[in-house]
Amino acid sequence: MNTNLLNNYAEAVSMIIFAIGFTNLLLHKNLIKKIIGLNIMDTAVYLFLALKGYIKGHVAPIIIDGVVEPEAYINPIPSGLVLTGIVVSVSVTALMLSLTIRLYKRYHTLDLDEISLRLKKEGL
Amino acid sequence: MRDFVQNFPLFSIILCLVSSSASSLLKGKAAKWVNTVLICVVGAMSLTLTFYCLAHGSFTYTMGHVPAPWGNEVRGGVLEGAMGTFFCLIMLLSMTGGRKKLLEEVEDTKQNLYYILVNLMLCSLIALVYTNDLFTAYVFVEINTISACGLIMIRQNGRTIEAAVRYMIMSLLGSGLFLVGICLLYDITGHLLMSNIKESVQALVESGQYGEPLLIAIAFMMMGLAIKSALFPFHAWLPDAYGYSTISSAAILSSLVSKGYIFLLIKIIYRVIGFEVVRESLLLNVTFVFAGLGIIFGSISAMREDDIRRMVSFSSVAQIGYIYLGISLGTQVGMVAAVFQILSHAATKSMLFISAIGLTDASNTSRKFKDLTGSAYRNKIAGMGFAAGALSMVGIPLFSGFISKLLFMQAAVANYGKMLPTMIVLAISTILNAIYFMKTVVRIYSPERDLYKGREGFKVIHTREQIEYTCTVILFIALNVALGLCSEPILELIGKGLEMFA
Repeated sequence: MNTNLLNNYAEAVSMIIFAIGFTNLLLHKNLIKKIIGLNIMDTAVYLFLALKGYIKGHVAPIIIDGVVEPEAYINPIPSGLVLTGIVVSVSVTALMLSLTIRLYKRYHTLDLDEISLRLKKEGL
Repeated sequence: MRDFVQNFPLFSIILCLVSSSASSLLKGKAAKWVNTVLICVVGAMSLTLTFYCLAHGSFTYTMGHVPAPWGNEVRGGVLEGAMGTFFCLIMLLSMTGGRKKLLEEVEDTKQNLYYILVNLMLCSLIALVYTNDLFTAYVFVEINTISACGLIMIRQNGRTIEAAVRYMIMSLLGSGLFLVGICLLYDITGHLLMSNIKESVQALVESGQYGEPLLIAIAFMMMGLAIKSALFPFHAWLPDAYGYSTISSAAILSSLVSKGYIFLLIKIIYRVIGFEVVRESLLLNVTFVFAGLGIIFGSISAMREDDIRRMVSFSSVAQIGYIYLGISLGTQVGMVAAVFQILSHAATKSMLFISAIGLTDASNTSRKFKDLTGSAYRNKIAGMGFAAGALSMVGIPLFSGFISKLLFMQAAVANYGKMLPTMIVLAISTILNAIYFMKTVVRIYSPERDLYKGREGFKVIHTREQIEYTCTVILFIALNVALGLCSEPILELIGKGLEMFA
């Protein structure tokens, strides 16, 4: 158990970062901090994927000097997944930020609970 | 050489994407027609696919002729085709039923934007149904989330934007967990295609390696999808999102979006992990507890509401609980019951939302129960629709709700350990359902016409003023009765589809 943890300490770190981001997104009242949490969470997943794709001693999967043995290169698929994930995360971040701007313009606060309270007072 | 029909899943997805881009250039009315034709065409293609698969069995379609394990794949089968057809049918009815309200509530310049979002939603649902690749599923889950968020906030007021933010936060938590689950699974199996992962998972289980990472990966994926489909206790965003958005959105969100995720979960259980492995992992006991709590607390929350749309929304929490209950029984019969409940709930809940809006329209757009007294006399067809939906929810024979309750009972008997709690939960829930739905039906049929005479907004809406709406509600009732009366062939179809999954 302990040796596993020591060998994979980087993966453990990425999971801890994921948990930090997750808690931030879930529990923070401030919308901007929530979005920061979202980005921390997604970045932790990319770190995890990048770690899993990397094989010690191998190089980036671009053929140089005609070497075509797969043993020479790292696994390119996780890098592809990271790219896709970044695209997704950028678009949801943009959407969340635009929603935040809308709410801020209406209620002049970033506190989600405060906004809910005012909505109840408005009686909408 | 593959048959031409095998191209249909890919055609449906591409067609949705193209028409949603094209709608951005069109005016509202043209976009409406594009959307209607698109839903019909995709539905027809899915129906053809269902019959094709019934005759020839399921197939996988490799994209760009790159063979597995490298390429991306789409899979067609009986259950996929049937689900695609059903989703299209419900979406079409939800759109026609809410059309008038849409014109009132959404600005003229934004009409075409709404249809873009609906087309994207259909695209992601169809892709979730047909895909055979886990990472593609994740990408379409995110597309689904983004378009659902747009559907909630297209009606612009503070309440919908707040609801959209809350929806996004919960959804993003769910998709984050789902993504980690996929990454862990990729990490231990080395594949992204569902059938390849299943082979590796079975090899891992036999050799006893990586037991804990596998369990955690399954748990993350299940929890992510449970959060996204609003299983209790992750349902806090639901009443606002369903209660204040425009009515077509509420109908689509409640009946299709959450069902898309649940269908993906069923697919993962059968085609990625394997039913046996999931059953032995004991994770189903966890979902069983949450499903049971969800059924009871959803019903209690619904009872305490005095806003008709929020009441119907809370009843969704209970119904989602039913579906998870069926899945967690861990038997084939339970799964069939869960899939039938998906169909039954989708047909009933969208009908209830569409009918509720007719009732509130005849009551000065007030959604409070005290203003709704006698509204079924002011808008007769909406009253009929709501009564039929309520009867189906309570589980009166003739309607689809009865069949799903019956199936759950039969499934519960087959599982010795979970029989008693399931029976108790179902009995309590039926009583609670009857209390709050029948209370509403009695209220809308209480004749107090004189009370509202001369008051502004309390007007009688005649059938000839709302022909499209009337046809929609009649079709909804017909669909519900059809599900209730002709359940045998549908159940056979579901059974066959699930066998093809394995």
